Amino acid sequence: MAVLPYVALGFAGTAVFVLYPMIKNIIISFQDFSIMPNATNEWVGLENYRKVFEDPNRKFLVALRNTFLNVAATVPVNWFLALFFAVLINAKFVKFKIAFRTIYYLPIVTSWIIVALLFKYLFADGDGGFINYLLHQQLGIISEPIAWRSNYWSAMIMIWLFHIWKTVGWGVVIYLAALQGVPKDLYEAAQIDGAGPMQQFWKITVPVLKPITLFVLINLINGAFGFFPQVYFITKGGPMDQTQVIPSLIYTQAFEQLKFGPASAMGFMMGIMVFLLTFSQMKKFGKQRMF
Amino acid sequence: MKTSLLGKIAVYAIIIIGALVFVFPFIYMILTTFFLGTNTLPKPDQVFSVTPNLTNYMTVWNKNNFTTYFMNSVIVTSVAMAGSLFLGALTAYGFARFTFPGKEAIFRIFLLTMMIPGVINIIPQFVTVKGLGLVNTYAGLWLVYIAGGVVGNMFFLRGFFESIPKELEESVLIDGGNNWTIFWNIYLPQSLPAMGTLAIFIFQGTWEEYFLALTLIKSESLRTLPIAILMFNDKYATNYGQVFAASMIALVPVMLIYTVFQKKFVQSGYNEGAVKG
Repeated sequence: MAVLPYVALGFAGTAVFVLYPMIKNIIISFQDFSIMPNATNEWVGLENYRKVFEDPNRKFLVALRNTFLNVAATVPVNWFLALFFAVLINAKFVKFKIAFRTIYYLPIVTSWIIVALLFKYLFADGDGGFINYLLHQQLGIISEPIAWRSNYWSAMIMIWLFHIWKTVGWGVVIYLAALQGVPKDLYEAAQIDGAGPMQQFWKITVPVLKPITLFVLINLINGAFGFFPQVYFITKGGPMDQTQVIPSLIYTQAFEQLKFGPASAMGFMMGIMVFLLTFSQMKKFGKQRMF
Repeated sequence: MKTSLLGKIAVYAIIIIGALVFVFPFIYMILTTFFLGTNTLPKPDQVFSVTPNLTNYMTVWNKNNFTTYFMNSVIVTSVAMAGSLFLGALTAYGFARFTFPGKEAIFRIFLLTMMIPGVINIIPQFVTVKGLGLVNTYAGLWLVYIAGGVVGNMFFLRGFFESIPKELEESVLIDGGNNWTIFWNIYLPQSLPAMGTLAIFIFQGTWEEYFLALTLIKSESLRTLPIAILMFNDKYATNYGQVFAASMIALVPVMLIYTVFQKKFVQSGYNEGAVKG
């Protein structure tokens, strides 16, 4: 077994810190679990799952609904903006392409925490927050300053804008790279046939980029499905746990409320959902590189 | 293709507006770091009329053990990065160059773990580290960062390793080298761009990692920079100048690395992250 020295450590590490925790998570979800030393951690069957669904505030179901809303609200916008900006930056006459690409990529490089602090500051209450100042005092679009994080819909919109602003540069960079690979003679032939820029876009660019579009969409869907810092750092799930998503709910339930059992139950259910989602994507789109 | 002048102006206008939307928040943040008032939210008029100065940066750097947290982050990140790169490369080499019983099955299990979001694992990982008696130590943090990232890093490197021509190995074998020399003298040097890109992803991922570090590290003197910045923000919520001066300092290392290496990049997914916390 000449291979052992090379893979043994990696296998052992994965087994102890990834695979065992995954199994342990399932076990905890069926226990009355406590992190206190000498805790008995009794088996309680489906009690944790019952607690999750019978919660009077329906936190889990709200988080589940928010997850689908996040996907529906951010994926189309994120995808459209990525393709739109990439195609424009890629236009032959545009100079300083690298500079534009770098600027669009800047938010990706910045840490979630710092961008979240920045967004909370820009979306601060009253006319002192820049966004309110712009929309209310300068442009007069809104009649009074919005308390963004105090109401459900305005908080959700803020989370979506935060996510889109932070991640759209990734799609732009991927599409810019992909556009280099579109054969130039296709466009030349189309021009000879008298096709305008819009026709060329719909008849050449879009079909040729289809595999990349699948890759981008899968990543955007998974990214929107996995919202965590987006919610945790902006609203912490508030107001009143209304903007929670499952990961942020799991984290606050476990490490702030110390309800490890119900949190693990939610984790297991989310794991199954994400697995089914990814599995169906793989089935559909074959074995192309997904990451 | 000829584009009309009007068309060109429209395209430039749109992409410049786009660039402004991405760059403006950073400018507003930097201007805020020059603002010296401490008790109220700076009004936009006040932010736009600041005079550049480094007062807030100096205060932050010398306050609240900031340098300790900065150095903690440097230590945590560099060890995690070195360990992750080495273990990832080692495992990828094993997968790329050898066939062994159960390879396909292990590969599938690894792929499965990649699909499960990292947050689900935080609770049991905490329990595991606690069981090993490593809560509140960097050893515990490093183990989870390195072992938790090995699958992703292996998948990233494996493709590059498989594209290395087998003929290169023969020269090493003729010189009496073994598998280890092939790894060290051929695979590692041949895949430097991929290793470099992965190093940057790991650096960024570990440098900004918050949730696991917050869960595992209890004592104040061991905290890393992201935790320190959020705690600083909770403590001095209205002192925006200093909060953002601290944030800017935390951003510098990552920005620096990206600017230096941005041309040598191998692209990858934004939410992949080399650290699975």
